[in-house]
This record gives sequence, structure tokens and C-alpha cells, in this order.
Amino acid sequence: MNKATKKILVDPLHVQNPITLQVLGICSALAVTTKVETALVMSAALTFVLVLSNVSISLLRNKIPGSVRIIAQLSIIASLVVVADQLLQAFLFDVAKEISVFVTLIITNCIVMGRAEAFAMQNPPGKSALDGLSNSLGYSWVLIAVGLFRELLGSGKILGYTVLESSTEGGWYVSNGLMVLSPSAFFLIGLIIWVQRALSPEMNEES
Amino acid sequence: MEFSNKYIFSFALLLCLICSLAVSFVHVSMRDMQVANAEADQKSQVLQVAGILEPGVKLTGEEIAAYFEEIDELVVSRETGAVIEDGDFAQDPRSVAKTPEGGVDAPEVHSKATGVRRLANELRAFNVRVEDHECLVLEIYGNGLWSTLLGYIALSPDTKEVRGITYYAHKETPGLGGEVDNPKWKAQWKGKRALDDDGEVLVEVVKGPAMDLEREIDGLSGATITSRGVDSMLKLWLGDDGYGPFLKAQRGAL
Repeated sequence: MNKATKKILVDPLHVQNPITLQVLGICSALAVTTKVETALVMSAALTFVLVLSNVSISLLRNKIPGSVRIIAQLSIIASLVVVADQLLQAFLFDVAKEISVFVTLIITNCIVMGRAEAFAMQNPPGKSALDGLSNSLGYSWVLIAVGLFRELLGSGKILGYTVLESSTEGGWYVSNGLMVLSPSAFFLIGLIIWVQRALSPEMNEES
Repeated sequence: MEFSNKYIFSFALLLCLICSLAVSFVHVSMRDMQVANAEADQKSQVLQVAGILEPGVKLTGEEIAAYFEEIDELVVSRETGAVIEDGDFAQDPRSVAKTPEGGVDAPEVHSKATGVRRLANELRAFNVRVEDHECLVLEIYGNGLWSTLLGYIALSPDTKEVRGITYYAHKETPGLGGEVDNPKWKAQWKGKRALDDDGEVLVEVVKGPAMDLEREIDGLSGATITSRGVDSMLKLWLGDDGYGPFLKAQRGAL
């Protein structure tokens, strides 16, 4: 693997992470992370949309007139999001019921538009697919990490399996109510950003 | 790169056409599955409230259909309580109520307490005849703190006892009002006295712990408004303006 490809693949996971460095896609990171399951499905939906939108926009990159490029990108992204939502409703109905509204909001997720505009418009389809995939993974791992902590501390479970027997069900663990509410995702993402920047000082802005 | 106006317009048109074709194709090809999913979901809620199905257990479409062989879907007149034989069960009373001919304005006591402004002339109910789980399942809805709670309540065939309650859609605060989903809380409902012989509603959600265990339900702590909403919607739907006449007819028929 040459250096440039590796950079496309690895950077978005850590030093160029869409959530923790670029602070994009925060809305969904708050909304769907009360449980690991919803975080997983949301991540899969975003991966689907981001990879396909990057590829199709990259294929059309020399055909899209500059004056209408944003709306053209949006039409493609919006169509893909509707398709993803429809598929979820057909195959994963229970989860779709909970997160449908956030799936449709992928249309406005800045990560998707951002990658289309910043990467897919200048690069060939193969690279764009890779870029889409790595950015989705960067988004996904943060989402899943936040989801893990919130579900474990908030309801004592992981993926619906009881790990810490909560006091409302006769166990010892008094669940942390803050963890099921949105602000806790901010705290957790803040902590992740802190750890990341401590590990890689090059992520810090020059003061 | 410079593009002519003509190119830009035809590009936009073509792109829109392709996108809309793709979206319509997926929608049409998935529609049957989605409708089946939604229906199965709704039906398993009915099975749950009737106590046939444990929460969290999933049944296949065929298993649900097998149970529904022994469940009658009834359309009942809200005013007289009579079963309307040729009623259309697919019509959602909640939306029909809003039409001028489909419903009437709810009495102010109820509309204030539950946020339900219109009452449909025809309501839906299920007569569950599954062995050991015979009951009547009624649709209930009304406002909590943030949202309208949609659910079902199951009563014994003589309408005197609550068999179960469930809410399948709401947006109350998780951990507070959202505890209407809590199996522990829902379990309390089983066996409470629902109605007396005159059709007065007995079961009640009280603030704090229940004292009269025959008919009172613990209020949800930290969720006074949600608890009050649940209580008000029982008064509406089990009372004379809701399923009252239907329940009376059921008592008379036994």
C-alpha cells in the first residue's frame, strides 16, 4: 500500500476524525448513542450512504457543472438516504422505528456533503470509495464507543444483554440517569477528544 | 470548465429523473415488506397486552397470523357500543376523528386533560379468544408531557379487571415518563379492578405509591404529568365518552 492510500485510509480514524477533530455529524452522535444497537445501525446506514455518494459523485465529477454542483450532490445524497431508510424499514423494522428520523437526517450530515465537496469532486472513484469508507469508520468507532459507555452506565446493558444488574430490576447497580440523556454524549465525546489530543499533540491548533 | 445553459438544464433534469426513478423503484419493491412489518409489529403489541406474548419475544408472520385466527377485530360504534359488522378495520380512528363526518368534538374535561380534541364515531377493539387469555383489547391514546402516548389496554371479558397495558409509541423522557414502558410498572396493572357494575372507572394512577391495591397504580416518580396523562386517558377511553357503551354491552352479553 503506498503512502497516499494509507493516508486516505488511516487519517479519518484518528488525526482527521470527522467527529472528534472536524466536529461534524454531532447531532446524530448525540441522538442515536443511547444504545449500541442503534449506534451500529446508524453507522451502517452512514457507511452505505457515504461510500455510494462518494463513488457516484466522483464518477460524475467532470460532468457536474460548477454552478449547480451543491444541489446535484444533494440530490444524489438525498436519494441514497431515502434508499437506506427504505431498506431499514423493510429489513430491520424494530431499529428503523427508533432511528428513522435520524437516518433521514443523514442528508444534512456535514460529513457526507463535506467528503463529496472536499474529496470526491477531485478524485477518482476508487480513492473516493476508500475515503468514504475510512470516514465512515472514523464516525462509526466514535459512535459505537459513546454508545457502549452510555448503554453500560445508563442502563447496565450492552446490546440489550444485562451486564450490571440495575436496581429497577432488582440488582445492585443504580443506573446513571445522565447517561441516557443527550448531554452525556457531549461529555463522552469531549473525553475522547482529550485522550486523542493527549496521544497526538499534532492535533492541537497552534495557539 | 464552462458549460452551456442548455447542458446545465439537461444535466439537472436527467439527474433528477435518475434519482427519482431509483427512489421510486426501491420504495415500490420494498413496500409489501414494510407494510407487513408494520402490521406484524402492531399485532404483536396486541398479543403482548393480552399476555399471550412475553415482551421482547419475536414471532414470525405465520405465528402471529395463527393467533389472530382466534382474535376478532371489531369496529364498534362509540355512541351505542354496538359492533358494526361491515366496519372498515383498516381505518385509524385517530385520523378519521378529525374529519367533520367521522367524529365529534370531545367534551372539554377530556380534551383538556388528554389533549384529545376529537373523538371518532367508530372505534376499534379486539376480542381475544385465545385459550387462557380471553380478553378485550382497546386502543388508548392521549398526551403525556412531551408527546401523545399510543397504547392498548386489555380488560377481562366481563370488563371488571385489567389484564394489561402497553404503550407502543411515545416520546416521554427516558428514565422518567419513559418508564411507562417498564415491565415492572406495567405488571402492576394486571388484576386491578377496571370498572364497577355501573361502568364507573375504578383503576387510577395516583401520585406516589398506591394505597388501595385493588385499584390504584403507583405514579411514576419524576413524571407527574405523564402519570396524570395515563390516568386521564383511562378516564376518557374506559368512560362513557370512550368505550363505555361497548363495555356495557359486553357486560350485558355475558
